[in-house]
Amino acid sequence: MTGPVLSVRNLRVEFPTRHGTLRAVDDISFDIAAGEVLGVVGESGAGKSMTGTAVIGLLEPPGRIAGGEVRLKGQRIDNLAGEALRRIRGRRIGMVFQDPLTSLNPLYRVGEQIIETMRTHLPMSEAQARRRAIELLSEVGIQGASDRLDSYPHQFSGGMRQRVVLALALCAEPELIVADEPTTALDVSIQAQIIQLIKRLCRERGTAVMLITHDMGVIAETADRVAVMYAGRIAEIGQVADVVQRPSHPYTKGLMGSIPTLEGSETRLVQIPGSMPRLTAIPQGCAFNPRCPQAFARCFLEQPAAVFVGRSEVACWLASATPVQGTP
Amino acid sequence: MKPERPLVDVQGLSRVFDASKPWLNRMLEGEQRMLLKAVQDVSLQIGRRETFALVGESGSGKSTVAKMVVGLLQPTAGRVTIDGVDMWKTTASDEMTALRRRIQMIFQDPYASLNPRWRVGAIIADPLNAFGLTKGRDETEAKVAELLRLVGLDPADMHKYPHEFSGGQRQRICIARALSSNPEFLVCDEPTSALDVSVQAQILNLMRDLQDQLGLTYLFISHNLAVVRHMATRIGVMYLGRLVESQPSAELFKAPRHPYTRMLLDAVPDLKMSGRQRRMIEGEIPNPISPPAGCAFHPRCPLALDRCRVDVPTPFASGGRTLACHAVEV
Amino acid sequence: MNDSSAPKDVLDRSKPPRSRLARSLDSDIAASFLRSRVVVAAGIAAALMVLAAFGAPLLAPSNPYDLNSVNLLDANTPPVWHKDGDRRFLLGSDNQGRDILSTMLYGTRSSILIGLLAVAFALTLGVSLGLIAGYVGGRVDSVIMRVADVQLTFPAILTALLVDGVASVMFKNQSGGTTKFWILVFSIGLSYWVQYARTVRGVTLVERNKEYVQAARLIGMNQFSIMFRHVLPNVLSPVLVIATINLALAIITEATLSFLGVGLPPTTPSLGTMIGTGNEFLLSGDYWMVLFPGLTLAILVLSVNLLGDWLRDALNPKLR
Repeated sequence: MTGPVLSVRNLRVEFPTRHGTLRAVDDISFDIAAGEVLGVVGESGAGKSMTGTAVIGLLEPPGRIAGGEVRLKGQRIDNLAGEALRRIRGRRIGMVFQDPLTSLNPLYRVGEQIIETMRTHLPMSEAQARRRAIELLSEVGIQGASDRLDSYPHQFSGGMRQRVVLALALCAEPELIVADEPTTALDVSIQAQIIQLIKRLCRERGTAVMLITHDMGVIAETADRVAVMYAGRIAEIGQVADVVQRPSHPYTKGLMGSIPTLEGSETRLVQIPGSMPRLTAIPQGCAFNPRCPQAFARCFLEQPAAVFVGRSEVACWLASATPVQGTP
Repeated sequence: MKPERPLVDVQGLSRVFDASKPWLNRMLEGEQRMLLKAVQDVSLQIGRRETFALVGESGSGKSTVAKMVVGLLQPTAGRVTIDGVDMWKTTASDEMTALRRRIQMIFQDPYASLNPRWRVGAIIADPLNAFGLTKGRDETEAKVAELLRLVGLDPADMHKYPHEFSGGQRQRICIARALSSNPEFLVCDEPTSALDVSVQAQILNLMRDLQDQLGLTYLFISHNLAVVRHMATRIGVMYLGRLVESQPSAELFKAPRHPYTRMLLDAVPDLKMSGRQRRMIEGEIPNPISPPAGCAFHPRCPLALDRCRVDVPTPFASGGRTLACHAVEV
Repeated sequence: MNDSSAPKDVLDRSKPPRSRLARSLDSDIAASFLRSRVVVAAGIAAALMVLAAFGAPLLAPSNPYDLNSVNLLDANTPPVWHKDGDRRFLLGSDNQGRDILSTMLYGTRSSILIGLLAVAFALTLGVSLGLIAGYVGGRVDSVIMRVADVQLTFPAILTALLVDGVASVMFKNQSGGTTKFWILVFSIGLSYWVQYARTVRGVTLVERNKEYVQAARLIGMNQFSIMFRHVLPNVLSPVLVIATINLALAIITEATLSFLGVGLPPTTPSLGTMIGTGNEFLLSGDYWMVLFPGLTLAILVLSVNLLGDWLRDALNPKLR
């Protein structure tokens, strides 16, 4: 078996401020294999987007990677800078953001943008690139692709624009796609279409996907594995079915219970008291301890390390305390 | 037995926005006036202590309905009657003030709905002062403290500014403000869509508790069907400015009638991963300025008949249900 | 938006609550002020000049308004470091025999006062009109903003000259320094209101659609209450920036008008009149009459401008 496409080890992202250094991402490790969709889920402030921007090297100063490694097919990319990083970003890593307009230049026709991106990274003639662009656009579900090639971004609707962005992200045949809240700005009916599209295209091409979202539903639909983040750390990571249906971490349990579903209409939703701590006030020990219904003495003193519970890795003292035989 | 008069009665509500360019541009560029029919012919009734939810995607006009029901936006046509008082007809100013006290609103964006330069205490006391509900500073302060406690905040928070609170706490402050005038009817426009799920659960639970405790009636606007399922007793589904279907909540989820409702339900991500069969909605939401002729949903509808391309289906109401579709038998 | 104080409160929960002053000294604005040496220097320079100007009666060696103490025989004395300098006149004297240093102190006071009052006038007028235009909209908006557009086509100095001319004719009989002073305040103020009105209108258009304004409308609050109690506090930070930069402009405009001879009469010294009189003697080598007031004006305007620029950056979260 070949190694993972993306491998992140002990990644730390820090923001020096006047009031001390804030740690937005704290000691995160995960792998994504070819053709696999890893969902990174968490509430606002969990550090999920920060992890994504760190992986693609787009952290805004003063934010910086303070430790750990990011490897793309074994090659370290977290220490690259400037031109080397830019070449990797368009060619080997594609990006999809929440607002499609941040990825599209409003002054150029979408065809020009796709063709130019392709020709920057791949040895192609103008005509070849144009043909490929039309293929791509029809593949992402844009009807009359050869005509739409000459449209400007503002002539597309929100859902169509996100399709164009997806085509743009895929055009240089990257090994990894980082998608940060790709469906959040879309209506439910359009969201479902885009999710299916991402899933299908990446499976067909063997592209690894890091799907960052706050929406557990999207994760359940799309991802193969999921990492649940809380206050800059991974609380639980494992197969989607395991995490969604049999969560082990008290936070994941609470999170799953707090989501209203179409099936049940219980009188009350499970409620996690309080809210995610601000970066300036992350509690000592396990960051979840003030909100955790099962916290005990150790949780207030030491940070739990990830241990296996079944097939999932869980960072919780409860999981460590109960002897569980797990096979990696 | 005579049925109780509904608290809120909306009849044939419509609203047209003028989306055309300024007069001079139209003259020079030879363009027509562009009228956006945001809401067309919406009728609904909300009984006391009921939660009526309006769901729909962007451009469905659900928020516009909310604004007209609450009195922020004048309807182009139609009537909003609250407990027998016609909101847009009444001219007596004391009657209007009395009506305003009884209706309040909770907004979507907890960051924009609190004045950043006002202390929380002043924000919550604003309706108290406007309606003269308390006498003197001490009484006002006591009432504000009581309201803060009611929504799960610390009375000492009244001296802080909104930016010192998280999104969920701000939404609690908004609820406290809305409750300060002892309203009977609350219009909630996407009250949790800007919040994280765990915080959303807190707010939804709070709203249900408050409803039981204070006997509130809600008009609940949302795009999230799961949230609506959790909150509503009755649900109305809107598409491109029209109410296409309304039913008691449990029945709507069990047996959705309108093809759009069915597809909307299918589009909700399946959290239980039950592998249920789903059909994707094809196509895009049309531009509301130039909606399709006939039934606005027909280009995306799998059941569309010839008639759907020509005639706008009229809502057929019976037994507390409404359906506007040619293809589905009532 | 401004989330600066909240995290600190969280951090400092263990410590006793600090005074308001201590907290404001620790704020992000204070920090950004202290970070830049240029801004600190500008702040100190401006503060010193304001102090000196308003302390003029105490600091000045003589009173230039007191005609009895002025002797024409002392006219055109060079500064002390020249061999025929006089110790009574540290920086020399002018063509009337008045001490340059004293005149400058009093003159700076008039300049700053006129600047401040003109800005206050422009600000009140501009902010009110901008609020009304933005909030009420429709015809009212069109009328106010078209007037503003028309006024923008004239340079500010021209407007000031026009208004000044008309007002001077109207109050011909009272040619005293006080009347002239208020005419200047009025004419300078009137020529700068447009900028406030435009900015405030823009911000008001955004704020009026925010939900807190809708909440106020919902309880039947009247338009003026909403405008002045709810919207006004939220449009003030850009206004503060404009006002600071405007102060520098107003001081220059006053100096220009006085230099041109339509400002304050020579008996009421200001930096502009001093430079105006000194200018006539520049060719005869009596440089001190124009150099020192000129330098003062330059430093004053520069430091106020620098403060304004910093304030704009500090209050704009996008540039941080």
